[in-house]
Amino acid sequence: MAHGGGGTVMRRLIERMFFAALDRGDLGAAADAAVLALTGGELALTTDSFVVRPRFFPGGDIGALAVHGTVNDLAMVGAEPIALTAAFVLEEGLPTEELWAIVSSMAAAADEAGVRVVAGDTKVVERGHGDGVFITTTGLGRVVAPWPIRADRIRPGDALLVSGDVGRHGMAVMVARGDLAVESDLASDCASVHRAVLALIEGGVEVRAMRDPTRGGLASALNELASSGGVGFELRERDVPVDPRTAAVAELLGLDPLYSACEGRFVAVVPREQAEAALDILRSVPVSAGAAAIGEATEDAGRVVVRSDFGTRRMLPMLSGEQLPRIC
Amino acid sequence: MTGLAALRDPALVLALAEEIRRTATRPWTIMEVCGGQTHAIARYGLEELLPDGLELVHGPGCPVCVTPAETVDRAARLAALPNVVLATFGDMVRVPGSEGDLFLARARGARVRVVASPLDAVRMAAEDRSETVVFFGVGFETTAPAVALAVRQAAELGLSNFAVLVALVRVPPALEAILSGPGNRVRAFLAAGHVCTVMGLEEYEPIAMRHRVPIVATGFEPVDILSGVLAAVRQLEAGQARVENAYARAVGPRGNAAARSLVLEVFEPCDRHWRGIGPLPGGGFRLREPYRAFDAEERFELPSEAPREAGECIAGLVLRGIKKPYECPAFGVRCTPDRPLGAPMVSSEGACSAYYRYRRVGA
Repeated sequence: MAHGGGGTVMRRLIERMFFAALDRGDLGAAADAAVLALTGGELALTTDSFVVRPRFFPGGDIGALAVHGTVNDLAMVGAEPIALTAAFVLEEGLPTEELWAIVSSMAAAADEAGVRVVAGDTKVVERGHGDGVFITTTGLGRVVAPWPIRADRIRPGDALLVSGDVGRHGMAVMVARGDLAVESDLASDCASVHRAVLALIEGGVEVRAMRDPTRGGLASALNELASSGGVGFELRERDVPVDPRTAAVAELLGLDPLYSACEGRFVAVVPREQAEAALDILRSVPVSAGAAAIGEATEDAGRVVVRSDFGTRRMLPMLSGEQLPRIC
Repeated sequence: MTGLAALRDPALVLALAEEIRRTATRPWTIMEVCGGQTHAIARYGLEELLPDGLELVHGPGCPVCVTPAETVDRAARLAALPNVVLATFGDMVRVPGSEGDLFLARARGARVRVVASPLDAVRMAAEDRSETVVFFGVGFETTAPAVALAVRQAAELGLSNFAVLVALVRVPPALEAILSGPGNRVRAFLAAGHVCTVMGLEEYEPIAMRHRVPIVATGFEPVDILSGVLAAVRQLEAGQARVENAYARAVGPRGNAAARSLVLEVFEPCDRHWRGIGPLPGGGFRLREPYRAFDAEERFELPSEAPREAGECIAGLVLRGIKKPYECPAFGVRCTPDRPLGAPMVSSEGACSAYYRYRRVGA
């Protein structure tokens, strides 16, 4: 437990590593809390814990994920990120260079997203009592949308947009785990999407509701929106963007990309007459360059339906539990 | 258009559907044998494209589904032994035995590892000889070559710490049993393309002849499946009962000679109990004498148990095509993928899971 006692060894670890990588003028004060000067308006607050195996995967790592995930949660209510806090639970024996790589990646992700890490905490647990590293980030944001962004504002006939190809993160991580003997150059889509969201709002698109399709993928995100909004959705299967490599890995493992996680995508429901303008805006922002209109909201409350290329229709239900690779 | 896109081409699919509608003049019941086909049919809503009287019923081609509960129990018991690791395909871990599934066994301390190939299990055994790796060998003729290769590799490496719990099954005896069973409605089979890829078509000739049913080797994509249906309907309408190959890009008449001879070198047919169907003469494979030392049931003395099934589950009727999943009172209510009563609800090839997952609108 060399780093766990709160003494000087611990102090050195925090100073060297966390301050060096993450301090942008707020951490160095070494006080018990960060003090932020804010002006009026609404604030958004969210928190999320991150555990992922493996910790490093093509396109990202747990550090980048912990920043992007929280920034994206803020963005989904139309908020611009102001500050993050980060709490680490480290398992004794985690190689220092690995921790450095994770913290540096967090710093790069935060800089890229334009958000400061203003406070943090570290605990070390005995070997065998953690899975390397767990990170919890809390995000504070300033709401910039002039109207509420909520599922109950969705109206039948509204257009359903997705900001890029779906299912990539889930499949990339599954390949990176390496125990399936599947090889692919597929990389996670892990990214902060708030710039695309802010561009929509600044462009005057009256976004009704948004959701980031993380665990459970696009299918679960749409089911959540449908049940909390009291509407349904009809999806056109051929219009849902799926990277051919994602499709290939999913095909091989017998999994469905529509249920596979994204970490740098969002779905947005917008008034039908603004759909084209919204797509133009999204496609002009790098993180959402692959945006597409994939369907529309219906009156069929709580039901998500997919129309296949053959004109047949089926339900896209909420599935719980992890998808398991198949036998043959 | 190449590859998969061509096999999912809407124009081709709709043209095939139209040709089937033109050809079928009477009601017919056709069974697709393989669960992979069932899932594609449900996933793409292909039944909506067929004429009213043409019914597809779903066959027993889900290896996970036909593995008896007592075999799952035996696997769980092996996994709980000291110095034993059970290696299994992913979709086996949620299949309920009579005392819970392998997830539960793992939660209670048993060691269960998910692998994608039996060769991974051999590698595990070679890397750490202090433990015995038991591979849970579930599968059809499709999976048998990989298991056979694993056994032969373990024999060549002299791995005395590798064993297989053999639960491999053979398709032809199941077709025979379905056709001979009471209440059979099946007039033609779409045979499982991957099984035919390995074993060829010869084994089906006597069945087609004896029972007067067309048997069409069929693939797994929308164009494949509708091509198989069309071939079967053409035969039925013409009063024919031949073995036909509608999956020629993957199936040769004699199968894959190398894979087949490997399977027959390591395994021999034996009688086997199928979950939901009962004992089938010749319904399984067991290790041949020179490889018998790798048989986990010989290596570890395990009590043999009477078959036990969840009372309400109608998996047997579903697997024989007599009932559809939604005709089960527990379907989607007391039996869901999270809390399954029977294997067809959990397996990625199970008919119940296909119906649960790809519910038709209005169903």
